[in-house]
Amino acid sequence: MAIDKSNSPSGKSPSNDLTCVFPQGSKPHPPASVQDSQSRLSQSSLLVSLVGNPNSGKTTVFNNMTGSRQHVGNYPGVTVEKISGKRNWRECSMEVVDLPGSYSLTAWSEEERLARRFILDEKPDVVLDVLDASNLERNLYLAVQLIEMHAPVLLVFNMSDMARVRGFEFDLQRLSDLLGTPIVQTVGSKNAGIDTLLDAIVQYAALEEKAPTPFIDYGPDIEAAIQLISGKLEETHPDLAIHKRRWLALKLLENDGELAEKYGNEALLECMRKQQSHIQSILGDTPEILIADRRYGFISGACQETMRSTVERRHDRSDQIDAVVTHPLLAFPLFFALMYLVFQFTFTLGNPLMNWIEIFFGWLGNTVSGFWPEGSESLLQSLLVDGIIGGVGGVIVFLPNIMLLFLAISFLEDSGYMARAAFIMDQLMHKIGLHGKSFIPMLIGFGCSVPAIMATRILENRRDRMTTIMLIPLMSCGGRLPIYGLLIPAFFPKQWQAPLLWLVYFFGIVLAVTVAFLLRKTLFRGESEPFVMELPPYRIPTLKGAALHMWNRGWLYLKKAGTVILVGSIILWFLSSFPRPATEYDSQITQLKATGEMEAASDLITKKQALLVSQSFAGRLGKTIEPALESFGADWRVGIGVIGGIAAKEIFVAQLGVVFSVRDAEASVDKLREKLQQDFSALAGFCIIIFCLISTPCVATLAATARETGSAKWAWFQLIGLTAMAWIIASAIYQVGKYFAIGI
Amino acid sequence: MAISTMQEISSKNHSHIYLSSVPEKKKVQFLGVDGGGRGIRNRLAALGLVPGVEIEVIRNHGWGCCILSVKGSRIVLGRGMASRIQVI
Repeated sequence: MAIDKSNSPSGKSPSNDLTCVFPQGSKPHPPASVQDSQSRLSQSSLLVSLVGNPNSGKTTVFNNMTGSRQHVGNYPGVTVEKISGKRNWRECSMEVVDLPGSYSLTAWSEEERLARRFILDEKPDVVLDVLDASNLERNLYLAVQLIEMHAPVLLVFNMSDMARVRGFEFDLQRLSDLLGTPIVQTVGSKNAGIDTLLDAIVQYAALEEKAPTPFIDYGPDIEAAIQLISGKLEETHPDLAIHKRRWLALKLLENDGELAEKYGNEALLECMRKQQSHIQSILGDTPEILIADRRYGFISGACQETMRSTVERRHDRSDQIDAVVTHPLLAFPLFFALMYLVFQFTFTLGNPLMNWIEIFFGWLGNTVSGFWPEGSESLLQSLLVDGIIGGVGGVIVFLPNIMLLFLAISFLEDSGYMARAAFIMDQLMHKIGLHGKSFIPMLIGFGCSVPAIMATRILENRRDRMTTIMLIPLMSCGGRLPIYGLLIPAFFPKQWQAPLLWLVYFFGIVLAVTVAFLLRKTLFRGESEPFVMELPPYRIPTLKGAALHMWNRGWLYLKKAGTVILVGSIILWFLSSFPRPATEYDSQITQLKATGEMEAASDLITKKQALLVSQSFAGRLGKTIEPALESFGADWRVGIGVIGGIAAKEIFVAQLGVVFSVRDAEASVDKLREKLQQDFSALAGFCIIIFCLISTPCVATLAATARETGSAKWAWFQLIGLTAMAWIIASAIYQVGKYFAIGI
Repeated sequence: MAISTMQEISSKNHSHIYLSSVPEKKKVQFLGVDGGGRGIRNRLAALGLVPGVEIEVIRNHGWGCCILSVKGSRIVLGRGMASRIQVI
C-alpha cells in the first residue's frame, strides 16, 4: 500500500506521484510513522549502503542523499575507490557507503567481491539497490541476488519519470509483495523522491519483522544438490542459519572460489564438485548458467505479473544518436574532435590559471625573501623560498588541470559518450593489448602525466590500468617542451627544427606502443579482457554530479599525491643546495658590492652558483654517473640537469643555466645554446633530447603512480625501467651515429 | 524460461551460427559461448545473456564491434567475442 507522506504537499511537483510501498508481511504493516519508527530504532545512527548496476543513476542518488559531505578513500589493499558520505535525517544520522557499481554479486570481479564482502561483513542496516526503472528486468538480477543473501534490501526505482515516459506501468504493491522488499520511486536527476527514500530507510530499519524472502525454485536437480551441500555445511558449520546455508550451497554450486575457500573442507568441496558435474551431465550446462537462467525466469515471471509496457522505446533517441556517433566514417573524426575539445578545455583553460598560481607563488617567494637583507644568503630563506614555497606551489599548480580534466571526463561519462568512445577506440587499442578507454589518459599525457595517471581510473581492469600508467610518461608532457625548445634550436638548423620536434613526440608514441605490447606479454600477462560492455542510453549530465566529481578528484590529489610531491621537492632542493662551503668568490663579491659594482658582482655570483652546484650532492651524483652519461655523449653537467628535472621537467633548463654559468638562463636562452653548441656535437644533442624524452619521470608523476597503483614499488619500477630504457636507446643511437660519423 | 527450451534447441542439431555473421535487425536466440572461461560466461549472464534469451542485432558492419539489444539494454561486444557466441 502507498504510505501517505504527511510532509509532501499535494501539488503538481514531479515528486508528487512518486510513491513508496512496503511488502505484505512486514510487521507492523503498514510501518509506523517516521517519528514512531525513529523512537523504536535501538540506535540513532544507521549504516546504509548503495548498490546498483552501472548507469542506474546510483551516484546521482548518492549525491542527492549526502550532498557535499563525501569522503573518497580506497578499500584496503586494492585500487577500488570507497566513497562514503553522511546525512542527518530528522533525528537519525546516516552513514552512506556507495559501493562499486556491478551487475551481479559473483566472485569474478574485484568490485563485486568488495560489494558482497561489505554487505556480509559490515552488515549495513539497509542496503539500497538503485535500479533503472525503465530497464527493470536486467536491473532486478542484482536485486534478486541481494534478496537471496537475505540482505535488508530496499529497492530504489530510479529514473521513474523516464519509465513513465516510455510507457511502463507498475503494480508496485504487487511487485513489492512478490520480492518481499519495500520499493521507493525516485528521479535522481531532479532530486525528487529523496525525502521519501530517507523516511523509508528509517521506517524499514525500525520494522519489527521484515517480510519473508521469496523462494526461488531452481528445479528438482539443483534443489537436490542444494539440499545435499547444505546438509554437509550443517555438519561443519552448525551455527549457520538455514537460509544462510541455502545461500552458501547455491554459491558453492555456482563455483564461488572465495566462499569455497572460506567455508569448504575437502569433503564439502568434493561433494560440491560432484554435484556440479552431475548437474552438468544431466542438464547440459554449468550450474551457474542454469542458476542465472532460473533467476531471470523468476524475474520475468514477476515482471509479467506486475508490469505493463506499451512499446519498448527505451533506445529510440539513443539509437538515432548512435547512428551518427558510431557511424563507420563519422565515428573517428567525431571522437578526435571531442578529444581535441577535452584537451583544449583542460590545458587552454587551465594554463592561465596555472600562470596565476605561479605568479602568486613567485610573488610570495619574493615577499618572503624580502624579509632578509639584500644579498644575504640565509639557509632558512633558501629552505622557505626554494624548498617549501616552491614545493607547495609545485603541488597546487597542477590543480586547475586536474579539476578541469575531471569535469570534462565526468561529462563524457555521465552523458554516455565514454562507453561509445571506448568501443570506437577498442579496434585500435586492442591491437597493442590495451582497452579502448586507455586512449584518453594517453592523450592527456601530452599535457601532463599527473592528471593522465589519475584519469586511468576510468579503466576497470587492473592489468589495463597498470600498463597504461607505466607508459604515460612516454607521452611527452608540456613540461618537457621547454627542454626541446632549448636543445633543438641549439643543435639544428631552422628547417629541421619543426620536423625534429614532431619526430621526438612520435618516437615517444612508438615507444609507448612497444612498451604496452611488451608489458602485456610479460608482467601484465593474461587473457586480455574480452570486450563486453553495456551502452547506456544517452543522458543529459547534471552539473551537480560533475562538480562533485571534480571536487572529489582535486581534493584526493592534494591529500595523497600532494604530500609526496612536496617531500620530493624538498629532498631535491636539499640535494642541489648542500653542502654549501665558503668559496673563493665570497670576499670578492662582498668587495664589489661595497664599491657598488653590481654588474661585476652579479657575474661573480653566477660563477659562484655554478661552483656550488657542481660541489653539491646533486653535482657529485652527476659526476659519479658521468661514465654512464658519456656513452651517449653527455657529461656530468647534463646529469645535474636531469637530476633537477626529477623535481619538475622544466627545471632542467634552469639547472643547465646554473651549471653553465649563464645568468637568468630562461631569459637569455641564446647564450646557453651557444655554450651547449661549443661543448656537444649535434649527435650528442639529439641523444640528450631522446634521453630527456624517456628517462626519469618527475616526482609528481612518480607520486601519482605510487598513489594510483597502491604501491611505491611500481613508482620505482617506472623510474628505473624508463631511465634504463632511456640510457640504452640514447647510447645505441649515439654509438651507431658515431660509427657512421653522422652529426659529429 | 528455459531450461527446456534450451535443451530442445541444443538437442535439435548443431545448426547454430555465430553472432558475428548475423545481419543487422535480425532477432536470434543466444545459445552459449565457444571456449569461454567461466568468468566471461558469468559476465554475459549478468548482462542478461543466458541460453534461450532473444537478442536483436542492432549493428554489425562485418568488422569492428557488434551492438545487441538484450532485455531492453544495449550491449556492445568486441569482434573476437562476437565470433565466439553461438546463436540460432
